[in-house]
Amino acid sequence: MITLDSLTKSYDDHLVVDGVSLELPSAGVTSIIGPNGAGKSTLLSMVSRLLGVDAGTVDLDGLDVHRAPSREVARRLAILRQDSHTPARITVRELVELGRHPHSKGRLTPACHAAVDAALARCDLADLDRRGLHELSGGQRQRAYVAMVLAQDTRYLLLDEPLNSLDLVHATALMQLLRTLSDEHGTSVVLVLHDINYASVHSDRIIAMRDGRVVRDGTPEEVITEEALSDVYGAPFRVHHLDGDRIAAYYR
Amino acid sequence: MTSLRGRTAAVTLGVAAAVVALLAVASLAVGAATLDWGAVLTDPEQLRLVTVSRIPRTAAVILAGAAMAVAGLIMQALTRNRYVAPTTAGTIDAAGLGVLVAVLLFAGASVMAKIGIALVFAFAGTALFLLLVERLRLREMIMVPLLGLVLGGIFRATTEMIAYRANLTQTVQVWMNGDFSGVIEGRYETLWLAGAAAAAAYLMAHHLTAAGMGREIATSVGLPYRATLAAGLGVASFATAVVVVTVGAIPFLGLIVPNVVTLLVGDNLRRALPVTALGGAALVLACDLIGRLVIHPYEIPVSSVVGVLGAGVLLALILRKGNRFARA
Amino acid sequence: MRRVVLALTLATLGAAALLLTWGVDGHWDFALPRRLETLAALVIVGAAVAVATVVFQTVTASRILTPSIMGFDSLYVLVATLIVWSTGAATALAMPPLALFALNTGVMLGASLLLFRAVIGDGTRGLYTTVLAGVIAGTLFSSISGFLFRVMDPNAFDVLMADLFASFTSIDTTLLAVGAVVLTAAVAGAFAMARRLDVLALGRDGAIGVGLDHRRTVMLAMALVAVLVSVSTALVGPVTFLGLLVANLAYRLTGTHRHGANLLVAMLVAAVALVLGQALLQHVLAFNGTLGSLISLVGGVVFIAMLIKESRR
Repeated sequence: MITLDSLTKSYDDHLVVDGVSLELPSAGVTSIIGPNGAGKSTLLSMVSRLLGVDAGTVDLDGLDVHRAPSREVARRLAILRQDSHTPARITVRELVELGRHPHSKGRLTPACHAAVDAALARCDLADLDRRGLHELSGGQRQRAYVAMVLAQDTRYLLLDEPLNSLDLVHATALMQLLRTLSDEHGTSVVLVLHDINYASVHSDRIIAMRDGRVVRDGTPEEVITEEALSDVYGAPFRVHHLDGDRIAAYYR
Repeated sequence: MTSLRGRTAAVTLGVAAAVVALLAVASLAVGAATLDWGAVLTDPEQLRLVTVSRIPRTAAVILAGAAMAVAGLIMQALTRNRYVAPTTAGTIDAAGLGVLVAVLLFAGASVMAKIGIALVFAFAGTALFLLLVERLRLREMIMVPLLGLVLGGIFRATTEMIAYRANLTQTVQVWMNGDFSGVIEGRYETLWLAGAAAAAAYLMAHHLTAAGMGREIATSVGLPYRATLAAGLGVASFATAVVVVTVGAIPFLGLIVPNVVTLLVGDNLRRALPVTALGGAALVLACDLIGRLVIHPYEIPVSSVVGVLGAGVLLALILRKGNRFARA
Repeated sequence: MRRVVLALTLATLGAAALLLTWGVDGHWDFALPRRLETLAALVIVGAAVAVATVVFQTVTASRILTPSIMGFDSLYVLVATLIVWSTGAATALAMPPLALFALNTGVMLGASLLLFRAVIGDGTRGLYTTVLAGVIAGTLFSSISGFLFRVMDPNAFDVLMADLFASFTSIDTTLLAVGAVVLTAAVAGAFAMARRLDVLALGRDGAIGVGLDHRRTVMLAMALVAVLVSVSTALVGPVTFLGLLVANLAYRLTGTHRHGANLLVAMLVAAVALVLGQALLQHVLAFNGTLGSLISLVGGVVFIAMLIKESRR
């Protein structure tokens, strides 16, 4: 379990995350939604120690994320940001191997090779592994980064808007992959999502943020309602029931 | 907004003019020899000191400062890039190479011949820079001056190698370091040409502004784009060439002054140009005064003072958080 | 990869043989020791610049930045100038070159880390702002040095010039030995952190994500760069475009992001370029020019060609 205790962050007098306390479960898919500027990405960055906190603590199964050795944290928690920096001249396999760094410091063991192969296979990249990252399409590249964090083999997997730059088919495939990972592997997947319907269909739990605070927190049935969404986004919503899923419409 | 900018422009122009006037008086007063103001009209020696040395020097500083600043403003408007200036587009180094070629090929060349050859080189160098920039698809703001700096480095290396062969290394160093200590009556007058170039730029300000909007917009308002571009670059290259030949290169002026000025009064060239000219004059006057006072009665070349102050100011501008440079 | 290293090693040996033997007519006992010193200086400087550049480019995530473009060489010159200026000619002259070098390097280390902190800061500034700030900082440093040249006492100035602008053909032997030792240590350090540098290429967030102590690694890398720049600048003064040229040639040749390979190949390329350049300068161009200008010229053209080719992709 990841316990957030009154996390606060402001940029130049502007409060972005305002004393958020919550618990992220050690299994299942948890989505964080909310309008632009709600503080979702900032929150995720603080939980994954990419960003320092102004106040508050993050406890990762008994480990203080901001004080523990970075490598210790990296064995339990992986984070994928949307604007990943692409190193020059790196192959897909080499990139995925970097995910083993917390376990091997770069000297790969047989277990590492197995984990890399498994991650590549899961992301459907086994045939592309010798290709340079810059030769891939946007969707393939995103999958390579996902394979890297999968190879890290952590209990928690945090992703910041992983669907950006993916078309419908690839976006759906990635959500299915994350769902399977959680179901079969017991990984706790936490993502920031812009598309509420992906959140609605694939999540066990949805956390809605607005103005740096958590305003709704519960199952899709509890959060994907006309009343709750209108409150979170400050705009009218309709929610339809389609084949057992709750689909929000906000186009008119 | 426009009227506010207009008022700011008027106020800035007035303030800049007043500062230049004050600094000019100070510049007239400072020098190796003591000047007795009361005796200027009665003592012919004192009068000679003023007309032969002090007035020419002050005029030279004002003209060179104004011309270099305006050259920078024109180049930034035409390339739509705030980092482009004679220093960062290879113009100065190309002009330096031109001066060396002039000295080597035409031993007793007149000042005008030197200016002519330096102008050809400065123009060709800057045109080459623009051609290369056009081929640079990746139009990140900073890549452009980086390319210019490297191009300038190539010109400088060529100059150095030729100078080394011809035993002129020392001489080249003198040209490339702007210095007003040699200015006396009869050895600065070419700088009026640089002043004329700045005035010409003012007359064509509207055309330059339109050309700065890019080829499509310029063409759609009926402007011959290439010709305007060439004319603007010609004026900037000419001002640079004249200054380099007469007093040597002054770094950074064309970069800092226009950037600070447009920050204050906006990008309209006709409005920004006079303020830029005065700002350049004021900055060089101040730097020249500092250079003359620090180790009085000796002098530090103005280029060193501008380099230290100018680079310092620019660095502070860039590193300040949330400014428009930081967004590039 | 193995073939590339082998070919480059052979090329280095060939260039070295050329430099050592070309045009020696009989006076071996006179020519050989001097040429050996030149050769050693070239190899040391080449290795220092190559490693410094590759490490620096990884830290700044850019293939066109070099310590030299970012003002590190000018910083070294400024530090040396400040030391001579503040101690005076007599003290500076009395100081053994070794002590002066140690003092320079020490101050340089601190100053460059400060510069790096001030310019790179917390990493929130864009790369391009960082570049521009570095370039301008370099101009600021050389302007201040130029300013001090004018105000310092002429004797101190002479000491400084002798200290700063030695060339590849006239080098202090003690300094050469010390340079070799420091270089070996720094290069060993760079290879030891090669795998961490591989991870650093993921960028700050990516590197932290896989558990790298990003801050410490970056600081360590920059300290290495500062020491290496000190070694090369102390030996021969600033060499502007060498690093850019060799680092990018190395990336082309290895075709991998692994630092183990790139560091080694860049060092070899630098050695070949400098040794061959010096041999050509001596015999074909008959010393007409300096190696620095030659490298600026060739390196500048290569740089622009690369920039334009890169923007095509």
